[in-house]
Amino acid sequence: MSTKPSAVRTLRSKLLPSAFFLPHLIIFGIFFVFPFLYGIYISLFDWNLFNPDLRNFVGLDNFRRILIDSDSIYYRYFWNGLRNTLTFVVLSVPALVIVPFAIASLMNVEPRGYKIFRAIFYLPNLFSIATLVLIWRWVLNTNVGALNLTLEQVGITRVPWLSEQPFAWAALVLMTVWWTIGGNMIIFTASLKEVPDNLYEAGDIDGASMWQKMRYITLPSIRYQLIYITIMTTIASFNVFGQPQLATEGGPDESTTVLMMYIRNIAFGGGRPNPGIATAMAIAMGIVIIIIGLAQAKIIRRMGD
Amino acid sequence: MALKKIEQRKKRWSFIILFVISFLWLLPIVWVISTSFKSEAEAVSGGLNLIPRDFTLASYRYIFTDDQHNVLHYVFNSMRAAGLHTGLYLVVASLAAYAYGILKFRGRDKLFWALVATMMIPVVMNLVPLYSLMITFQWLNSLQALVVPGLGGVFGIFLLRQFNLGIPRDIIESAQIDGANHFQIYLRLILPLTKPALVVVALFAFMANWNEYLWPLVVLSDDTHRTLPVGLALMQGNYNIYYSRLMAATTVSMIPVMALFMFAQRYFIKGITMTGSKG
Repeated sequence: MSTKPSAVRTLRSKLLPSAFFLPHLIIFGIFFVFPFLYGIYISLFDWNLFNPDLRNFVGLDNFRRILIDSDSIYYRYFWNGLRNTLTFVVLSVPALVIVPFAIASLMNVEPRGYKIFRAIFYLPNLFSIATLVLIWRWVLNTNVGALNLTLEQVGITRVPWLSEQPFAWAALVLMTVWWTIGGNMIIFTASLKEVPDNLYEAGDIDGASMWQKMRYITLPSIRYQLIYITIMTTIASFNVFGQPQLATEGGPDESTTVLMMYIRNIAFGGGRPNPGIATAMAIAMGIVIIIIGLAQAKIIRRMGD
Repeated sequence: MALKKIEQRKKRWSFIILFVISFLWLLPIVWVISTSFKSEAEAVSGGLNLIPRDFTLASYRYIFTDDQHNVLHYVFNSMRAAGLHTGLYLVVASLAAYAYGILKFRGRDKLFWALVATMMIPVVMNLVPLYSLMITFQWLNSLQALVVPGLGGVFGIFLLRQFNLGIPRDIIESAQIDGANHFQIYLRLILPLTKPALVVVALFAFMANWNEYLWPLVVLSDDTHRTLPVGLALMQGNYNIYYSRLMAATTVSMIPVMALFMFAQRYFIKGITMTGSKG
């Protein structure tokens, strides 16, 4: 466009992009890349966070203690935490995918007032975890909670929702469904709308049942959104922390103490904090999440083809 | 004709089912609000009545004047932290999205997709080292700890870049021919054109920061900057069996986000739809 650019101009145009992306990239480097690498470093030490001089290099010993040393208390924490976390994932993810899908299917025929319904289902999504738990601890209160009072009317005796199993899991899944299905419902609603009508018409002509239409038309048409939702929901469920921490307080008998709670307690809790162990646990948990996410993507993609 | 009838029947049944479920969906919220207007005695012994027998504002009076854990103080703190974070993130993210979506430079896409790939890494892995960084910076119990680390987020950049890619090249080129430099194009052309996307990013940044629980729990140990979710959780222990007070605080915590939702509902829906369908 211009005649010979001067050396200064060339340099300036070379540096120009960095003026736009550097502010973010620097912050990203300091608060993401550095902590990520530093975390791997910490996990190799027996470390006292508040007295940095007190640290010993122990190599992979932290990982050995949490993963295979069955005499270690941290071994018990890790595996109990992982089992409880996986239990929550297995119980919650199907509900968090199927319930919003069912609601979106009803919404898809655009009945009267469907926009109001959509707003209502999305509403709880806006509340913080503390608000959520306060609401549900009150509704699920064993002696004076609305749910048990209602159940009493039909002759069902008081259910200890938050202090006995299997009710504790049921309560945690229930409040999570209430809290988070809004997002998935909106994605499903949008993707169902994009399934071409003529596919269903062709299905009608061939005499396909409702179930067959779902299996052979709807699900394959929305499979990318399905992959996205399933993976994102699984990751979110893996990171569960606030519901059990505040609602069941990990009980009864540490049966709902999830991995995040152990990590937080070991890193910052009372007694002697052990950041090395906590970080090693976090890394192990992160690897599990990544593996399961990738595996899911593969499985669902194969199912769709 | 028969098809139309089937269609109508489907609509009617969908309406009925959705009506029932959404009624149940709202019940907990209605129950909470109702409790907040009851006396403590009625709250625990009044049974299932949704309309308080003796309507009272006593619980609100109590929580608004409580000087140990004041819910209004927490609301203010949360607004300040989330507001500051959102404002700064919009600047940082829109600048970066301009680089990755409009400018052309070597390694641009590699750099961008490397950033996106890091979104796969679970946040839990950074918790302890980030906390240790806060100690080094002496940022424990500070506003910065709530505002700054999240500015490195990639999600908003991803969304804004998608929008920038959709802007026709010739608009930008003709602005350049008119003598505008890139900062001017960014300010006067791109920002106004991508306003809807900016609103979406602002809402998501605000809500994420507003609802953050674990991070503020870890970095704040006193009330100065304590945010609403952590403050509420403390009140749960503090008010213990004073359910009416607890539900008044819960109601207060719901109001700001419900107000935001009323005004910006379509942007929420748009944002979620965009993230879901682009994945």
